[in-house]
Amino acid sequence: MANINSVDISRLKNGEVNLGTSIMAVQFDGGVVIGADSRTTTGAYIANRVTDKLTHIHDRIYCCRSGSAADTQAVADVVHQHAQVYTSVYGAPPTVSTAAALFEKMCYDNKDQLSAGIIVAGWDKEAGGSVYNIPLGGGMFQQPWAIGGSGSTYVYGYCDATYREGWNEQETVEFVKNTLALAMSRDGSSGGCIRMCVITKDKVERHFIPGNELPRFWEGKEIIGSIGGNSSQVGVLA
Amino acid sequence: MWKQPAPANSSFNEFNTFPLPQTQRGQSSHAHHGPVGHTQQPLVTGTSVLGLKYEGGVMIAADNLASYGSLARFRDIQRLHPLGKHTLLGVAGDMSDFQWLKKELDALLREEDALALTDSHPSLSPKNIYELLSNLFYARRSKMNPVWNAVLVGGWDKVKQESFLAYVDLLGTTYTAPTLATGFGAHLAQPLLREAYEAKAGIDGNGPLLTKEEAEKVLEDCMKVLFYRDARSLNKYQIATITSEGVSISDSKSADTYWKFAEGLRGYGAQTQ
Repeated sequence: MANINSVDISRLKNGEVNLGTSIMAVQFDGGVVIGADSRTTTGAYIANRVTDKLTHIHDRIYCCRSGSAADTQAVADVVHQHAQVYTSVYGAPPTVSTAAALFEKMCYDNKDQLSAGIIVAGWDKEAGGSVYNIPLGGGMFQQPWAIGGSGSTYVYGYCDATYREGWNEQETVEFVKNTLALAMSRDGSSGGCIRMCVITKDKVERHFIPGNELPRFWEGKEIIGSIGGNSSQVGVLA
Repeated sequence: MWKQPAPANSSFNEFNTFPLPQTQRGQSSHAHHGPVGHTQQPLVTGTSVLGLKYEGGVMIAADNLASYGSLARFRDIQRLHPLGKHTLLGVAGDMSDFQWLKKELDALLREEDALALTDSHPSLSPKNIYELLSNLFYARRSKMNPVWNAVLVGGWDKVKQESFLAYVDLLGTTYTAPTLATGFGAHLAQPLLREAYEAKAGIDGNGPLLTKEEAEKVLEDCMKVLFYRDARSLNKYQIATITSEGVSISDSKSADTYWKFAEGLRGYGAQTQ
C-alpha cells in the first residue's frame, strides 16, 4: 500500500510555487556579482515572469533564492531580521560569513521540511567579496563562484571552461550574464529577464537585461517554411 | 500538460493513488496474469498547437521546441506536417509518436497517390484523414497503448469548398470548432482566439470571418502570451495556412516581447533595495 505518512521533499507539493531558476554569484577583487533569472513556475505555468530573486539581507549582503518560493522567502525574512538585530546589538553589519552561517543553521535544522537552494554573497571589510553556496540539505560551501537552481545543471561545463581568476568587475558581469542566458535558454524552469547586482565596498548596483535583449547563442538550425505541401518526405526531422 | 518523465521503476503513480502497470520483466513468458498494457509515458514532447478558421481557409500555429521534461532539448523542430495538398497536422505531445505518425501517414498518402494513377477515385479529404486518426487514436487507447499526442487537423475540402479544423488526442477524444488549441493553449489562447473570432462572426458564428492579416495577428498575439506563461514554450514558431490554393508553412518567426516595466521591481514584499 502507498505510504501516506511521508512526504517526498525532493518534489514540490501539489500546486506549490517553484523558483525553478538559474542563479549564480561570482567573487572578484573588490566585491561580488550576483545574478538570477526572473521566472517563477507552478508546474509548467509561469506564475511570475518578472520575479526578483536577488534578496536584500543587509546593506552589502544579498542572497539568490532557488527552490520553493515560500520556503526561501520565509528563511530569507528570518535571516534579514537576524541581520538587523545583529547590527543593533553589535553596532556593525554582520559579515557575509555570519549571514551565511545564519542561513546554514535554518536550512540544516529544518532540512526535512525545506526545499531551498540559496547562494549568499556580498562584501565585507574582513574578506572583501565572498560567495557561499547552501544547497538542499543545508551544507555550506564557500566558493569563488557558485551556480544553483535547476538551470545550473546545464552550465557547469560552460562555467568550468570559461571561469578565470583575477577578472575585473566588467568581465565578471559578462560571465554571469552569458552563463545565465545559456541556462535560461535550455531550462524550462528558468527564463524571463536577467537581474544582476554588483556589490562592492562603495555601492550596490543593479543591472537589468530585458528578456528580448538576452545574449544569444546557437539556437538550432534555421527553419525554412514550405509551399504546396510535400507528403513524400519521410524520416526527415525538420 | 506533459509532465516530467516519471522515475523508471516506480510502482505507483506520482501521487501514490494507484499502482502503475508493470511490464513483465524476465519472468516466464507463458504466464499471463492479466491484461498486458504498454501505457507509456511521453518523453520528448511538444507543447501547444493553435488552430483558427479565417476568410478563405485555416491557420495552424506551433512553436519549434521539443522538450525533454523541463529541458528545452531540440529547438528546431517543425511540428506542422502537411499531408497531400490540402491537409495539415499540428502535433503536440510525444515527438517519437509524431515521427511514427508522419511515416505512416506519408506512406498511406503515397499509396493513395499511386492508386489514383490507375483509377479516378478522389484523394483523401481532410475529414477522411481526421476520421482515420480518430479511429486510430481510440483503438490504440483501447489497447492501453496510446499514441501520445494531441493533433489539430486543418484543411480545405475541395468538394464542399469549405475549410476544415478538428482536434483528436491520445484518448480518442474528438471535437471541431472554428477555433481550437491544445495544452496550455486551451487555457490561455482559446479565449483570445474566440474573442477575435466572435468579434466578427458573432456568438452564433454567422457573421464574417477574420481576414488573413487579422488571423495572423491574433495567432501571433497568442504565441506571445504562451511564451510569457508556458514554461515549456519557445519564442520561435511557425504558422501554416491552408486554403483552396494549397498548404503553405511560414519560416520561423519570433513574437516581440515586452519586459521594460520589470526593471524597477524589487523583492517580493517590503524590500525596496
